[in-house]
Amino acid sequence: MSEPLLRVDAITCRFAGLVAVDDLSFAVASGTVHALIGPNGAGKTTLFNVISGLLKPNDGSIRYRDRDITLLRPHARVALGIGRTFQNLRVFGEMTVLENVLAGRHARLAASWPATVLRLNAARSEERAAVSRARELLRIVKLEDQAEQLASALAYGDQRRVEIARALATDPMLLLLDEPAAGMNPTETAALAELLRSLRGGGLTILLVEHDMNFVMGLCDHLTVLNFGRKIAEGRPSEIRVNPDVIGAYLGGPHRVQVQRNREGTA
Amino acid sequence: MPTWVDDFLWAYSSFIYGLGVNAILGLSMYAVLALGQLSLGQAAFMGIGAYTSAVLTVKFGMPFPLVLCAAMAAPAIAATIIGVPTLRLTGIYLAMATIGFGEVMRILYINTDYIGGALGFSGIPEKAQGSIIFGLLAAILAGFLSATRSKLGRAFEAIREDEDAARAIGIHVTAYKFATLVISAALAGLAGALNAHFSSFIGPNEYGFDTAITILSFAILGGVTSPFGPVLGAFVLSALPEVLRPLHDFRLVFNGLIIVLVVIFLPRGILGFRVRRVG
Repeated sequence: MSEPLLRVDAITCRFAGLVAVDDLSFAVASGTVHALIGPNGAGKTTLFNVISGLLKPNDGSIRYRDRDITLLRPHARVALGIGRTFQNLRVFGEMTVLENVLAGRHARLAASWPATVLRLNAARSEERAAVSRARELLRIVKLEDQAEQLASALAYGDQRRVEIARALATDPMLLLLDEPAAGMNPTETAALAELLRSLRGGGLTILLVEHDMNFVMGLCDHLTVLNFGRKIAEGRPSEIRVNPDVIGAYLGGPHRVQVQRNREGTA
Repeated sequence: MPTWVDDFLWAYSSFIYGLGVNAILGLSMYAVLALGQLSLGQAAFMGIGAYTSAVLTVKFGMPFPLVLCAAMAAPAIAATIIGVPTLRLTGIYLAMATIGFGEVMRILYINTDYIGGALGFSGIPEKAQGSIIFGLLAAILAGFLSATRSKLGRAFEAIREDEDAARAIGIHVTAYKFATLVISAALAGLAGALNAHFSSFIGPNEYGFDTAITILSFAILGGVTSPFGPVLGAFVLSALPEVLRPLHDFRLVFNGLIIVLVVIFLPRGILGFRVRRVG
């Protein structure tokens, strides 16, 4: 295997005594769909925040495309090609669907603010290109008919797709999806899996957190299983399915008491 | 021009000029509120612009265009000094820092004899004509409208709604907050300079906390969903005392009542329409 696109190296995150992510290391290979799974509070969302730069780790480093990005700010990571969605819906409700996706284009619009305010040619042609790209993305996620509606007026599953389109508008090489299928019905989930497969086919690398195991097992190439911020297993879906530690973490066993004790802090 | 128009303008010129200046102040408030920031330092920035312009005109005889530029630069520098430590923090820190800053400036004016101390600074020549004031207002309004309808407006709204989501799509949130605070301070300074150059007198108590709240209420009343809101809000709140003159001492009560009713029944302001942020 060549140098991975993303390498999480010995990351540790603590919140007031609670260790949310504990000395965690794994790598995401280019062009794959990689899933992070684990019970609630296992540290998956915390890790997403560290990779996207919203949270500084207490220890460890993040390497992306062969460079250390641990200290880079979030907007700089987007510029390098790391896009993400959020677990709880974070669309801009007071903007239309089209404006949401255009907002995702922000990092790719180079015109200076005077050129933008004065509507110079460079800014106008760039904006026109952004609008057509945004409409194309809305076609891909099948929301082209809702382009002019306020995002807050859309159904839950549709808002998820707005967020995915907005993240895709940043032109990511690595897309982080935090529970993309949550709140979707089976038809929507199947369509989402199809979309992610075609994105992978186009060369996009996807790291996702998801609780819907049918969705995860049918889609991903590689899994990393977390429990209490630590990696307990790693491998292909067929290997993970029969791993006794994973079965223990999910179905109860030695870990169960600890799960309940830790549930609050990191959810 | 018919003579009655002439008479009207002569009698009401300072009222009409005041409308224009207050509209610029409303837009300076819009620049920060559009990003969900709360600055209560607009009055202080206005004061810095007013005093800077008065000193440069009266004591140094500088030409008026240069005076206006300096009156924008001075509060912009002050905003830079306040913004660097406070804008990285979310919440009410900017509001608190700007309140404190306003008080510091007021006490500084009172105790500086060079600019008239507590008696204020008088004898400023009346150089701000209606054409200058309303020309600048139109240019600033057009600039904000153009910005709102572009990627800048989308970035403002994204930051206002959800800072982390804005960061996650590549918006440099701190840089935007900082730039808009500096621009809003410069505009407040410009309004202060224009005000000083038509009222010919400025005093240290004109730029206190109550003025900061008045400027905020321009934007709240009009609404900040578009740059037209603060302009309309400034016009309405500046005209009300004239319209309500028959109510005598109850005028201010009525003023407050109107703001309370708007906040309760029209939380987006009296001009709540949104501007399309594609352009």
